[in-house]
Amino acid sequence: MEIIGSQRKPVHIDVVPTLPLYRSAPPLEVRLEDFELYAMDRLRVLKGIADGLSRGKKSEEMKNLADHLWKANMRHLDASEVVNKDIISHFVLRLVYSRTEDLRKWFLSMETNLFRYRLLFERPEAQRALMAEFDLPYRAASNAELESVKEGLKQVAQSFGQPLAADVIFYKVPFEEVPELVAGRRVFIHKGYAYVAMNQVVSLVATQFRSHLSKALILTNRKWTSTIREQEKDRLTPIVEALCSSYLGPDYSQPREFAEISIKDIDQIAKSSFPLCMRHLFEKLREDHHLKHGGRMQLGLFLKGVGLKLEDALAFWKAEFSQRVGSERFDKEYAYSIRHNYGREGKRTDYTPYSCQKIITSAPGVGDHHGCPYRHFSEENLRAALGKMGLSNRAVEDVMDKVRNRHYQLACTLTFEAVHGTSCDAGINHPNQYFSDSQKVLQSKNQSTV
Amino acid sequence: MTKEEIENGTADMEIDQREPLNGERSELNAVPDDFNANYLKVYYGKLFPHADIFKWMSYGNDGKHPGCDESYFGRREFSFTLDNDIYLRFQSFNSASKLENSIKEKCPFKVDIGPVYSVDPAKRHAYAQSGNNVFTPVEKELVFDIDMTDYDDVRYCCSGADVCLKCWTLMTIAIKVIDPALRDDFGFNHILWVYSGRRGVHCWVCDAKARRLTNEQRSSIAEYFRVYKGNENSQKKVSLISSALHPFLLRSYKVLEEFFEGNLLSNQSLFSTEERYEKILEMIPDESITSELRGKWQDNKKSSISKENINVDRWKHVKKILKSGKQKVSKHMNHLLKAPFCIHPKTGRVCVPIDPNRCEEFDPTAVPTLSKLLEEINMGGLGTDDDEWDRTSLGKSIRFFRSSFLQPLLKSCKEEIENSYNAKLQHSKTSLTW
Repeated sequence: MEIIGSQRKPVHIDVVPTLPLYRSAPPLEVRLEDFELYAMDRLRVLKGIADGLSRGKKSEEMKNLADHLWKANMRHLDASEVVNKDIISHFVLRLVYSRTEDLRKWFLSMETNLFRYRLLFERPEAQRALMAEFDLPYRAASNAELESVKEGLKQVAQSFGQPLAADVIFYKVPFEEVPELVAGRRVFIHKGYAYVAMNQVVSLVATQFRSHLSKALILTNRKWTSTIREQEKDRLTPIVEALCSSYLGPDYSQPREFAEISIKDIDQIAKSSFPLCMRHLFEKLREDHHLKHGGRMQLGLFLKGVGLKLEDALAFWKAEFSQRVGSERFDKEYAYSIRHNYGREGKRTDYTPYSCQKIITSAPGVGDHHGCPYRHFSEENLRAALGKMGLSNRAVEDVMDKVRNRHYQLACTLTFEAVHGTSCDAGINHPNQYFSDSQKVLQSKNQSTV
Repeated sequence: MTKEEIENGTADMEIDQREPLNGERSELNAVPDDFNANYLKVYYGKLFPHADIFKWMSYGNDGKHPGCDESYFGRREFSFTLDNDIYLRFQSFNSASKLENSIKEKCPFKVDIGPVYSVDPAKRHAYAQSGNNVFTPVEKELVFDIDMTDYDDVRYCCSGADVCLKCWTLMTIAIKVIDPALRDDFGFNHILWVYSGRRGVHCWVCDAKARRLTNEQRSSIAEYFRVYKGNENSQKKVSLISSALHPFLLRSYKVLEEFFEGNLLSNQSLFSTEERYEKILEMIPDESITSELRGKWQDNKKSSISKENINVDRWKHVKKILKSGKQKVSKHMNHLLKAPFCIHPKTGRVCVPIDPNRCEEFDPTAVPTLSKLLEEINMGGLGTDDDEWDRTSLGKSIRFFRSSFLQPLLKSCKEEIENSYNAKLQHSKTSLTW
């Protein structure tokens, strides 16, 4: 795979009807920008799958989720480029995720799951064609063999409520090849061979896929450490190293067309639609008429992302701070930094509101109220805060369970779900996302009650 | 048990052995019931089948065929538990005599067998430097470790460490369920069942295919045998909805039915008290069934099964007694299990093989003990050293081990070595042509 600069040469590749198996890096040329963007799109899919699995979604739901994620993220304007994007993004992520044991494990798991779900969505002919690509020690069981094990096959089929169809193809496979099917007693096994129905073959194929990818990742890691990392230290290496920890959602830096909130309604909206971190900051601000720098940044940028215009923001902060430090001091010491956040001062960078990742890794000190409550609050305080948000005891326990396992964003997601009474499939990874999702839910509720 | 690893040997031990008088059978020969280093010394000196264990663990790699792997036996880990709970891991030997001498010298209270590693365990530190997991298990028998305490809530004749013929039936059932599954379903042939010495059985599956199973594959076999799919903390609810069972469950039920009606019911009086049947009712998720049963049992306090109850009863008991979830298949290759023919320190009994085809005849209370064997030696008088074991109660067990397990295993191993050697030759011949 060749990475080239901005100039682009069109590459013609036969449209492959089956899923790519990523056996070897294809001879494609990739633009540097696409190198990163394609990988990020694919990463969204993988992280979405990881999220779904950690929420305990069942197989059918996961299949649909994976399909949805794939269609949402892996499209391309140019139809012939879709396959390229698939392949390129996979190989880029291989570089990223081959570098440590943990990364490899995660990537292996998610890619195998993705492959499995995509395979399940394929038509039977495509599935069969794909099987031919694998070096599987299976063969279709002969009629004579099937006769001898017919009773067993029937019993197994009945045991999970699917009566045996008349002319189902069965593959005779060594039982070691299909551990999942054996474990679940989903196959009849006899003398060391499992009789796998056509529709169970996906399991076989996924195992092979996984094993191949596992070996490939080790090789990739070797190549990376021995040559690529050094060679590419000015070009690809920084991208690769940043990719696995990057925040992938929208950055909320573009203010909305219209202000989502007006100062008049802000108290009400804070109660209904702010995530806990911002609600806490907001309440402390109302209480103390002051916030330290970290809090001003976190809340201030959040409000900007929500659509609060500069003039309104100045008015809002001034109304609070002047109760504590007086309006002259506000104008002198604090107004500047608010304007700075909006890109009207200094180097005129339009700062982007903080993502959950950034907030979670911040380090609030004495007198600070910023940070992520799920991470930074004591258990007692967090329970109290959740109670104030109206969560039932049961919901609080579920949230605390996530917190104990350090899944802070999942905890926030559960809170969202409890407060709004709906499910949040995408999971929360940005406070502004919480806000806009919340507003969506509330608006649709309003509409339905009208 | 605290384990402290030391690399050096232990001190020599003094032996005080009684000289047997010719043919005399008197209190002089009687050996008080005990388990100690002196007795063990005699046991390891005259009775423990060192050579057989070596042959087994070599799996045919005895150097007689060019295709043999001469390093194979030396890469096997053994561990010794010495007196005072001192635990020596990563013991390895590259010959039968080294193994035998080490056991005789160190006189371990327990010998465990671990996996075959990629390199000699004694050299593992040298390989750890390269940091690429070069020292790693490559082969290990598939083993099951079944303990009576896993069945404590269905046995009422004994509890804890005690075991008698009545509750041993549960072990018999376990063997009768697992053994056919291993042979018929999984196609394994070289299976050794061993009495664990106190209250359980071990099963060693020694086929080459079994030895090479990955951890994931071992887990899947464990799952296959597990009837309870819930976790330990959840109410052990199992679906009673489907009346069709996977052939494994069906076979298991049939075994159970045979025993249940014959044996277990009267032995264990499972329904006789309220406390006991409540425990059983807990197993059933369906409220309507449980309340109906409770009513019936309260009416007639005696243990009884009527024809109507049988349908429901059979379900509970298949599930309950086949609590194979706890039949611990070791899911990891680097697992150590006690070697057959060791002596259990708490009971003095020898870990003898069990014939799965006649497991219902096995009586754990009749297994020879260390002191009994020593007594038999004392009584034996003069004779060639080599055959001393044959004149004791251990003889039967060792002969059974050889004929039903070791010989067929070695035959199959040698065939395999020969075949793979010939295949390699064939392959290199064809690739040489140009």
